[in-house]
Amino acid sequence: MNVAAPGARRRASHTGLYAFLCSVIMFFGAFTSAMVVRRGASNDWKGIPAPDLLWVNTGILALSSVAVEKARRHLREGNRKNFNIAWSTASLLGALFIAGQILVWKDLRAAGVFLNSHPGSAFFYVGTVAHAAHLAGGWIAMAFLNWQALRWTLGPGKRTAVDVASIYWHFLGLLWVYLLWLFRFWGN
Amino acid sequence: MAAPAGRPKVTNMNHGFLRRYLFSTDHKTIGLQYITLSIFAAFVGIALSVLMRFHLVYPESRWRLLETLWPDGAPGGVMTPELYLSLMTMHGTIMVFFLLTTVPQGGFGNYFLPLQIGAADMAFPRLNMLSFWTTFLSFVVLCAAFFVEGGAPLAGWTAYPPLSAVGQIAGPGQGLGQTLWVLSIALFCIASLMGAINFITTTLELRTRGMSLLRMPLTCWGWFTTAIISLFAFGVLLAGGVLLLLDREAGTSFFLPAGLMINDKLLANKGGSPLLFQHLFWFFGHPEVYIAILPGMGAVSTILATFSRKPVFGYRAMIWAMLIIGFLSFVVWGHHMFISGMSPYSSIAFSLLTVTVGVPSAIKTFNWLGTIWGGSLRLTTAMLFALGFVSVFISGGLTGLILGQPALDSYFHDTYFVVGHFHMIMGVATVFAAFAATFYWFPKMRGRMMNETLGRIHFYLTFIGVYAIFIPMHFAGIAGNPRRYADFAQFDFLKDLSFLHKATTHAAFFTAAVQLLFLFNFLWSWWKGPKAGQNPWHATTLEWTLPSPPPEENFGHNPPQVHRGPYDYSLPGAPKDFLMQQEER
Repeated sequence: MNVAAPGARRRASHTGLYAFLCSVIMFFGAFTSAMVVRRGASNDWKGIPAPDLLWVNTGILALSSVAVEKARRHLREGNRKNFNIAWSTASLLGALFIAGQILVWKDLRAAGVFLNSHPGSAFFYVGTVAHAAHLAGGWIAMAFLNWQALRWTLGPGKRTAVDVASIYWHFLGLLWVYLLWLFRFWGN
Repeated sequence: MAAPAGRPKVTNMNHGFLRRYLFSTDHKTIGLQYITLSIFAAFVGIALSVLMRFHLVYPESRWRLLETLWPDGAPGGVMTPELYLSLMTMHGTIMVFFLLTTVPQGGFGNYFLPLQIGAADMAFPRLNMLSFWTTFLSFVVLCAAFFVEGGAPLAGWTAYPPLSAVGQIAGPGQGLGQTLWVLSIALFCIASLMGAINFITTTLELRTRGMSLLRMPLTCWGWFTTAIISLFAFGVLLAGGVLLLLDREAGTSFFLPAGLMINDKLLANKGGSPLLFQHLFWFFGHPEVYIAILPGMGAVSTILATFSRKPVFGYRAMIWAMLIIGFLSFVVWGHHMFISGMSPYSSIAFSLLTVTVGVPSAIKTFNWLGTIWGGSLRLTTAMLFALGFVSVFISGGLTGLILGQPALDSYFHDTYFVVGHFHMIMGVATVFAAFAATFYWFPKMRGRMMNETLGRIHFYLTFIGVYAIFIPMHFAGIAGNPRRYADFAQFDFLKDLSFLHKATTHAAFFTAAVQLLFLFNFLWSWWKGPKAGQNPWHATTLEWTLPSPPPEENFGHNPPQVHRGPYDYSLPGAPKDFLMQQEER
């Protein structure tokens, strides 16, 4: 394999991303197994009152993934203006999701559900905060690319960065659906 | 994510001091930074162990030094049990994480993986730099525990709850000291994950032309397998660490059961499971043993072949053995928990899987012996340490089969038998491999030779020393000597072992002192050693095709073309007794 071959950087970026995703899966896998064991260890498990806002946030995150895909298509077609619109929309929706999650935590606090109230609430806060932290990392990458795009300095070589950020974003969307199922259905 | 280094970088030796030596993105500088950190950590760890050993055999003695260092931990110069436990915790943590995990992978792996596969650098150089500095920060945070109120933690390197989760009430170091421990380990996990991503990507994507996976030196296979194990293991420890931190600081009850009385105080926690932490910890903890030793196995294979002037016996079997060991490492964690009250059926399953590790381990040992069998042995210091590795790997590995039996483990588990076992297999074996690697690669890293006479003396004295320390521990364990105790003097049944413990302590002090020989040899050779040529050992792998030390850009714009496997020694009909990987014939 030629290290200087065209596409080597692109392949390396993707391989690095998939390796990273493996470590994230292991983290949340350990989190899930801890949740299963902890629930079975005692009879103090309670579900959490899931606010409707969670569904709104889920919709926002799904829409941001759609916008990301639209943006990638525009980039492939070389339509920079439409890419900028779609990518900016995705960034905005991503920020909205994080703001929405903060509102969910605030609502739960107002309802008297704290981190240390019971194991269900503890796992909910840990899981959602860990997800939001991963998402915030992805959002920073997304916003950085957005800043470059809006200044028209996003060169053709940045397609790899856009692709890597997009795959990570979709992954976090799927992870959110999984966590939502875990808390809303299995955990209740 | 940092931009990958897929293309040769432009050489710029005009970097300032900070860019060149501290915040360098060059994998060779970063490798040396890891090695330096590890050597420092090793001497801190050794010093702690010597203090512990002296306390065990002279518990009433007054040491002014101790009182100066720890006024609260050694009033009047006599070590308190709490101080003993804090030294034990810090010794274990420093040695396992900052020596055994750091030097084989972060140190030698960083330096030599790109060179051996013909790459310009690691795949993500800035991530590599970040990984080192996160490891460094983790070490600083851990050592800070010595200087906070209450001192260093007492819970051992395994940090079992409930005592690690309830705070200062469980002992002086269980307050801020234990919190710093958890933070340090969390940082270490993040650093190791960054490193693992870099190693995996580099191995898969940056190999030079002709360097197929089955032409890679076994060192590269060791680093690659270790990176895969790290990728799957450290995330789990990180999750356990986060939950432990929340139990300590946020009042949650992940690991804390109801009705817990500590120092006459009833805690409000309820419903948690201390065993849950053990599962999370050992799901990481057992693979960690292989994270430490697999790079050493790769280095030893290469060194045995080089100094036997023979190809590695069963090259493919060696790769399979490493991969199988890597896989099995994730399904044997329960053997650390036989006495935790787990179902006997689980114990049988974990026991069977544990002894299965003996199969790939035996394949490796057989192949090492096959490699040197009938070879033209050159007993350099590197070779001696590689042979020493095989010796301690066998000695330490065989007792693992004993501890893998639940019935026997229920007796041995909390005794010195376990201390002797894991020091031999994890500590000494890995350190011997690191010594072998140091003597082998020092000429490449520095362009100078280490002193062979001093090296041989260091080897023989260390070899005798480690056997004198750790084999008697097995006998103490058979006699029922408990571990993690600060003082045996009050137990009549251990009185007969006092000579054995004294001998162990003196052997430990002797072996620790001998390591100063190595330090002297290393530093003296760094500045004054005789110049080394490009390939002083007549080795075959790609790093030996470069000047010593290699230029910053490694192979520059001419990545080598590989034509053959990594161990072509003593080829029939060849003009010399070895062919390098890039040579056509």
